[in-house]
Amino acid sequence: MLIFEHSHTGRYSTAQAPHDVAETAIPKHLQRTERAGLPEVSELQAVRHYTRLSQKNFSIDTQFYPLGSCTMKYNPRACNSLAMLPEFLSRHPLAPVSHGQGFMQCMYELQEMLEDVTGMAGVTLTPMAGAQGEFAGVAMITAYHKARGDTERTQIIVPDAAHGTNPATAIMCGCEVIEIPTMKDGDVDFDALKKVVGPKTAGIMLTNPSTLGVFERRIKEIAALVHDAGGLLYYDGANLNAILGQVRPGDMGFDVIHMNLHKTFSTPHGGGGPGSGAVGVSKRLLPFMPIPFIKKNKEEGEQQYDWVTEKELPLTIGRLSAFMGNAGVNLRAYVYARMLGKEGMQRVAEFATLNANYLMKRLADAGFDLAFPERRATHEFIVTLKKQAKELNVNAMDFAKALLDEGFHAPTTYFPLLVPECLLIEPTETEAKEELDLFVDAMVNVLRNSEKDSAHVKAAPYTLPVRRLDDVRAAKQLDVRYQKGVA
Amino acid sequence: MPFIPHTESDIKSMLDTIGAPTIDALFDEIPESLRIKELNVPTGMNEMEITRLMHDRAKQDGQVLNFIGAGAYEHHIPAAVWQIATRGEYYSAYTPYQAEASQGTLQLIYEYQTMMTALTGMDVSNASMYDGASALAESCLMAIRAQRRNKSVRILMPLTVHPFYRQVVTNIAGGQNLEFVEIPFDAKTGLTDLNAIRAECEKGIAAIVIPTPNFFGGLEPVDELVDIAHANNGLAIAVSNPMTLALLKPPGEWGNAEENRGADIVCGEGQPLGVPVSSGGPYFGYMCCKQAYVRQMPGRIVGRTVDLEGKEGFTLTLQAREQHIRRSKATSNICTNQGLMVTAATIHMSILGAQGLERVAASSYSNTKKLLGLLTKIDGVESVFTSENFHEAVIRLPKDAPTVLEALSHKHIAGGLALGEFYPELKNCILVCATETKTDADLELFAQELKSVLT
Repeated sequence: MLIFEHSHTGRYSTAQAPHDVAETAIPKHLQRTERAGLPEVSELQAVRHYTRLSQKNFSIDTQFYPLGSCTMKYNPRACNSLAMLPEFLSRHPLAPVSHGQGFMQCMYELQEMLEDVTGMAGVTLTPMAGAQGEFAGVAMITAYHKARGDTERTQIIVPDAAHGTNPATAIMCGCEVIEIPTMKDGDVDFDALKKVVGPKTAGIMLTNPSTLGVFERRIKEIAALVHDAGGLLYYDGANLNAILGQVRPGDMGFDVIHMNLHKTFSTPHGGGGPGSGAVGVSKRLLPFMPIPFIKKNKEEGEQQYDWVTEKELPLTIGRLSAFMGNAGVNLRAYVYARMLGKEGMQRVAEFATLNANYLMKRLADAGFDLAFPERRATHEFIVTLKKQAKELNVNAMDFAKALLDEGFHAPTTYFPLLVPECLLIEPTETEAKEELDLFVDAMVNVLRNSEKDSAHVKAAPYTLPVRRLDDVRAAKQLDVRYQKGVA
Repeated sequence: MPFIPHTESDIKSMLDTIGAPTIDALFDEIPESLRIKELNVPTGMNEMEITRLMHDRAKQDGQVLNFIGAGAYEHHIPAAVWQIATRGEYYSAYTPYQAEASQGTLQLIYEYQTMMTALTGMDVSNASMYDGASALAESCLMAIRAQRRNKSVRILMPLTVHPFYRQVVTNIAGGQNLEFVEIPFDAKTGLTDLNAIRAECEKGIAAIVIPTPNFFGGLEPVDELVDIAHANNGLAIAVSNPMTLALLKPPGEWGNAEENRGADIVCGEGQPLGVPVSSGGPYFGYMCCKQAYVRQMPGRIVGRTVDLEGKEGFTLTLQAREQHIRRSKATSNICTNQGLMVTAATIHMSILGAQGLERVAASSYSNTKKLLGLLTKIDGVESVFTSENFHEAVIRLPKDAPTVLEALSHKHIAGGLALGEFYPELKNCILVCATETKTDADLELFAQELKSVLT
């Protein structure tokens, strides 16, 4: 039942609204003539409705999400409660800095910690999500070439295994996308790269470990090749969890990196956002960083922490959000980073990798085919169901849906695009061994069921609030809002 | 080890299964020369220690009596809103790609879309964008896509649009071959200069951006602006504070022409609907449009459909527009919506309802009027514009604005935003706002303190 179907004309939560005041003097032709069609319910009705709705969701707090590329680790509760202290929530973004020194110190220290773990010269927290961090990165690369008068550099090289955001971002920045293939072992095709690098190369966008769950072993050669040709290297930080405290993108030769704080630094996914896409840069890109970010003053009489704006950074690619990005998300990341500390951060990559390799081995032993059996798993790995699709007529999507019935969120399916019928599996470091074992049991169970009765598996799930949904109808008979009296 | 559950015996048995001697051995594909020994970040803190630290930092900042709006507005948020929004089932859920396991979030977004179309009078809403500024940038890009047949790539951008929004729009959309034409405002009214708009239309337009209430709080002549846009084969992009739409004519009804009524795209900052000001984010941008343009709209959209058994259910739809399918041909690189903020906003709107929201709007309107009355009684303080305003207004001070604001901040009052930096002609002017959260005593205190700073 929709909230609107609970509506009763005239009902609302009077205690939550301000007192009634006299009518406004807004000219009649600028006023609405009919009351807006919002729900008319009591507070209890609203509370009950949205509490019940929440119970129809999977979430990390209730289920294991072996969701590759998404790093669905535990979101510590302290990060939320400490970011929601009343002083932080009530601070206006344009309030005087004298009343924000505590908050700004947190942000400054987060910038510093992120610089350290990425090996970059500067970090700005302003991008509001990974994709906006990517945008900032590529915009800085093009601004850098432009500032040098190198205006012919308009090509961005992207491996075919890349996230869809990479090519989409390059286009948003006015660049041309050059795709290069991946080799059988999962590494980038170095010879193909050699052929496309040249005077038109603005840069290359890489994820390392790649979306295939393997570490790009020739990264230093790739960096040298691109740099020698005058291009820059962009690091897609989606997989930073795999190397946190072990290897630094700056040391690999990258010039710019975005981090998904909602992955590696455990801020909540919130059912699809907000994220935060902090960006780190090497020395040569410092003048182009998006504003505002925070500096620490040394002079006496000045506020210790203050904003860096276009006044002192005239070459900046500018502001990407109305204020300073997702400040509250960054606060949660700060709390998490301080709780982990340096030892804790190194453990993240170690145990994410241990869990992934353990799960990979157990699944391989149970009869599942790996996409890259000769390689180590990083923090994630790929199972391909090509054989099952052919022999049992059960594909990756069927497996995903059947796993929901087993009480597990599905792994990422059909990504990366170049591995057929793939499941991209990332357990994260916060899952206990017994949870991984249960997941193996569930996978085996689905496999046995597929052998016995594939038609049954193809119609999964059975135990969720709804059965498989008609996506074609959703797109063709578009129904995207409730209209009273229209079914 | 924080948040890592492994015991020594777990580690040993897992390594045995893998057939690796140590955890370190699992990193053997990474060139040794790249491995680092130690980070410089501080040693970890336990929950008690970090709690102490964060409380100290929060206390250091304290709380001020705030009269700044300028794109972020303090409103009372019912206690239930964030208690429910931070339930783990919403807070720690993933993007609802697995529809069957995400019916809670999906139905909620469908309800949110309905509420936003109700407020704006539009046909379709997406599941939200990052914030108001980026929503405007995406709206401009969308207008160009929807207007391909129209040869013009010129978008008229009034200077009464929030200065930061204008910067963001240029920074995000500037690389994609479209032209923003700045439109001045009338020095007397503080509203967009219609003659300047008409003159620019002669050179062809793709769209006109129509902010209301505008950055100065003024109510623009929206009917005329929409009609001008349409008469010149352009789209009308409305930017509006959704809280004010509880009282104001919805953008979908703007215009006096018989045909083709209403703005074509409506966007803005959703923060006033249940999201705390929290230093600027996370907020959410909302975006609605007419049915005809739905396939050009970026971002996620939830649709209602049926399952195998004919039972009603919800799913992400029209995904073929998005980056994970279309890659370089997508409508945008965006792959997020501000899910948790939308969750809060939906609960907020449900609890307040249209009547509650009307009260919030009327009370903010009347408090700002009261504040203006009190402030302009002070010698040398005057109202700058003659326009009809909603809940924000510009006043001129007899002294240097930043110095006055600085003095007020020592008295724990955030007295407004100095405008000289954004509009040189408005030197010594400040933008003030009083929402429903301010009592008469608050307003009087502000007036009293301002008077004492000025004399």
